[in-house]
Amino acid sequence: MKIHEYQAKEILREFGIATPRGIACFSVDQTVTAASKLGGSVWAVKAQIHAGGRGKGGGVKVARSLDEVGQLAGKILGMTLVTHQTGTQGQIVRRLLIEQGADIKKELYIGLVVDRRNQRVCLMASSEGGMDIEQVAAATPEKIHKILIDPMTGLTDQDADDIACKIGITEAAMTETRALLQNLHQAFDSTDASLIEINPLILTADDHVLALDAKMNFDDNALFRHPEITALRDLDEEDPAEIEASRHDLSYISLDGNIGCLVNGAGLAMATMDIIKLYGGSPANFLDVGGGATAEKVTEAFKLMLYNPKLQAILVNIFGGIMKCDVIAEGVVTAAREVKLTVPLVVRLEGTNVDLGKKILAESGLPIISASNMADAAEKAVTAARRV
Amino acid sequence: MAILIDKNTRVMTQGITGKTGQFHTRICRDYANGKNCFVAGVNPKKPGENFESIPIYATVKEAKQATGATVSVIYVPPPFAAAAIDEAVEAELDLVICITEGIPVRDMLRTRYKMQGRKTRLIGPNCPGIITPDEIKIGIMPGHIHKKGRIGVVSRSGTLTYEAVAQLMEQGLGQSTCIGIGGDPVNGLKHLDVMQLFNDDDETDAVVMVGEIGGTDEEDCARWIRDNMQKPVVGFIAGVTAPAGKRMGHAGAIISGGTGTAQEKLAVMEECGIKVTRNPAEMGKLLKSVLR
Repeated sequence: MKIHEYQAKEILREFGIATPRGIACFSVDQTVTAASKLGGSVWAVKAQIHAGGRGKGGGVKVARSLDEVGQLAGKILGMTLVTHQTGTQGQIVRRLLIEQGADIKKELYIGLVVDRRNQRVCLMASSEGGMDIEQVAAATPEKIHKILIDPMTGLTDQDADDIACKIGITEAAMTETRALLQNLHQAFDSTDASLIEINPLILTADDHVLALDAKMNFDDNALFRHPEITALRDLDEEDPAEIEASRHDLSYISLDGNIGCLVNGAGLAMATMDIIKLYGGSPANFLDVGGGATAEKVTEAFKLMLYNPKLQAILVNIFGGIMKCDVIAEGVVTAAREVKLTVPLVVRLEGTNVDLGKKILAESGLPIISASNMADAAEKAVTAARRV
Repeated sequence: MAILIDKNTRVMTQGITGKTGQFHTRICRDYANGKNCFVAGVNPKKPGENFESIPIYATVKEAKQATGATVSVIYVPPPFAAAAIDEAVEAELDLVICITEGIPVRDMLRTRYKMQGRKTRLIGPNCPGIITPDEIKIGIMPGHIHKKGRIGVVSRSGTLTYEAVAQLMEQGLGQSTCIGIGGDPVNGLKHLDVMQLFNDDDETDAVVMVGEIGGTDEEDCARWIRDNMQKPVVGFIAGVTAPAGKRMGHAGAIISGGTGTAQEKLAVMEECGIKVTRNPAEMGKLLKSVLR
């Protein structure tokens, strides 16, 4: 799960990490009030969307008067911000963060992620802050320093100081940086985060360290023990179809093609998307109905796919294991009748009781196109989608 | 003996009294030699009771002492599953298969840390399990689609593994052992570990390796195969069409920071001399074509 920058900073402050003072706003009026309340003469006006690259997209500006705060807020609030992470459709800005300006001496990068190969939390740091870290990693990998953190002892003083040294933290800011890095790891661990990125972490003119930006993602599997984080979910930032799917316990991702897929199992679902592409078509979604493809679930899945105006065919690919093919076939027939399908339906069944399943489909009287294997199914779905 | 398990393996079920644990223990017991293999269950609240005459013990240690079981399969719900693995490791079992999906990564990081230097091997979590056809099945895969033979299968996915097995059967090829290593980002045995076991196994002639987006396990395995593998390996990677930054069903199936793409994995596998197909309907045919 993702949260906004201002929410991440609130969490980090609870763990003792310094950030600029700021106030989240939902209207232009609020931004001017917020700026005058914060005081000073320079403010940052920052679009709050879940995607990165907001600065380059025009979603982060500096204002030098209260009037300018209002003007910039007026421009950014409600705009469709397009960044390298939003896709071409962009994301509407509904929230702003107004922050006090900071006196920047140096911009640095700090990240915490789970290193899958080493099965440890990895602290990454770089002297090249404020830039796209993936580009830094590609162009100058020697400028990224990594430390694997022992889950029992946490980040040691020595490791923290060592990495602080490598990214050019001044002597005067050493103690403060050590505490910041250790607190960041504490925050990562305590909240079941899957990612924390501070880009940039700044060294101020008077040698303090401050998280100027903050990004936090969380492990969905651990949300059950963090109701306070679950409460921060912003549905405006999520795809409506994906929200609806999660309500029915379906794993669904929208894609930009025209052939809907309904599959049991994540691996097989991806493979089904891939084979559609291989046969010249384009998948409209990823959809894993899970182990129990009941009539109710298949019905909800069909409805979900049919919301998509681009949909021109549906491919159902089920490998019946413990769940028998005849039960699944009944589910597909019931669902197809209930939603009154408007696009061709190709069904490929394999596994337990497959013959019985195929018989049920054939005798249903519905115009279901039956396929004998994955390749046959993909070919038939692609052809059917072209004909529509 | 194929790899890791055979008809002489003795298994306990952790979480035997839950709905899933009951359902699958029954089916596993009814498969091949299962009646002799599934000898114990564990539930701290129900020691002395039994599940369809399989005795239940309070702890893994007691179950091991009483029955000689050296392998456990876990169906415990996600909040408690990592602790169940820890208990099996503490009791020095040889192998633990964790079926449970949805365990927090933080729990698994700690569990994997504690497993360092211990003898216990872990398959999963979030996996279908392991089967040595016509001898024993431990997990949730449909037993009857398999047949004893000489092809090894290793995969991160459930149904895609069944798909590979069905395609092998169409080519008349049975399997030595099939393992689903699971779809989580932090897990036990990796492709590489399983490949080493298949390489050393007299009853395996060739291996189907099925991967998916996320992480770098397939690349690590491919490099090992290039330098060490004595047997033919064919591969497929799911997710060529998966968008970056989106979790595709499995917690571990995500392209993040530009790494973990299917294209990259396929490229490395090909560089390492592994025959790969981009068509998931041709895994069986490809394997048949490389048999000596």
